[in-house]
Amino acid sequence: MYGENGYTLIKELARSEDNLPPYNAELVTHISREIKKIYDENQIDAQQSINENIEASILNTIRVRNAVTKRNVRCLMAYHFNRLKCLRTMRWEFGSILPADIKSNLSTAEIEWFSKYSRLLANYMRSIGEDGVNLSIDLKPPKALYIEVQCLVDYGKFDLNDGTTLLLKKDSRHYLPRNECEELIRQGVFKHII
Amino acid sequence: MSLRVSYSPNYYSLDDILATQERVPCKVALTIQKMGHLNPSVAERDLQPGTSLELPLWLVSELSQSRAPLVNPELPKIYREAYREILKADACAVDLHKFSLFFYELGSHIKRFDKKQDVHETLLHTFRTRFRQLMDLADNSMSDPTVQQTLDILERKLFNDAYKARMKLNTWLKDSNTTIEAANMVINHKKRKRMNIEDLL
Repeated sequence: MYGENGYTLIKELARSEDNLPPYNAELVTHISREIKKIYDENQIDAQQSINENIEASILNTIRVRNAVTKRNVRCLMAYHFNRLKCLRTMRWEFGSILPADIKSNLSTAEIEWFSKYSRLLANYMRSIGEDGVNLSIDLKPPKALYIEVQCLVDYGKFDLNDGTTLLLKKDSRHYLPRNECEELIRQGVFKHII
Repeated sequence: MSLRVSYSPNYYSLDDILATQERVPCKVALTIQKMGHLNPSVAERDLQPGTSLELPLWLVSELSQSRAPLVNPELPKIYREAYREILKADACAVDLHKFSLFFYELGSHIKRFDKKQDVHETLLHTFRTRFRQLMDLADNSMSDPTVQQTLDILERKLFNDAYKARMKLNTWLKDSNTTIEAANMVINHKKRKRMNIEDLL
């Protein structure tokens, strides 16, 4: 049945909310090949109908094939577009470095896109004001300059802006400047304690 | 974040693509050469006029919209008179999920095939009647966790959004001293990882 592959592709993506399934290169090539094949068939029939001047009902066939092509293209476009949309959100949620298991689910083009997007975003944030603004912090209005945090994982060494180095161990507690640890909280390294 | 933002003219909407895959009964109006394989019940080369078959909605709406329609669509079972009567009687008592996962989404496409606009009316009526109940559930969902199973995909999304908004309001009313939290995706990613480790053990 026509369009079945595209449906499988979209279903696979729709089923996983908030995370990306592995890039299905096999199915994508499959669909592209189907598009090409249908296009060729159409062209042959169209050529024939001009040359031999046969009945116009071959046009109906061409219409059906055209609809199938449109559908296939839509599935491919939606697949890639929605993956990129998810990837863009990931840049804001995970930061500029993605966990290895997420990265292994991406295609090479997507990895390239991600690093380009990261670079653009960094350039933009640097260009605001005089010394740039980090847009990924202060997502909630800050109430105090310092906050207490608890470390959730063995993170290792962490350099503060004033030059001191902290050793972050699991379950250790720290009293840190809010703007410096917010990113780590977002990444799940720290837990904010009130 | 949700991958599945949907409203009808959205080309990239996953929900719309899934909904338009549903099969619609229709009758072939003109001979379509070489397309016999669309009808799996007979092994003919061409599709003859008068054949009844079920085709995906995307194909049907493409082929029925023009001056010379290739197929004449009919209403799927769940939008026909009998089912409309059920919805008219009491829309709240119906398990919409069993009707169709994409009841509204599909209906908004199907209503174009219905000249008398009855489907249109039914969709509106159903949504209006069920909406009050839906909001009620979202505000007090603690009582019954199985309610979600009777909702179609649009209602489920509304329910989730309303529920989240309610929870946010509750925490804000309790204390406005908001903590900074780990990003949603990060939390989910961690949970998934933990599950994988358990699998290995």
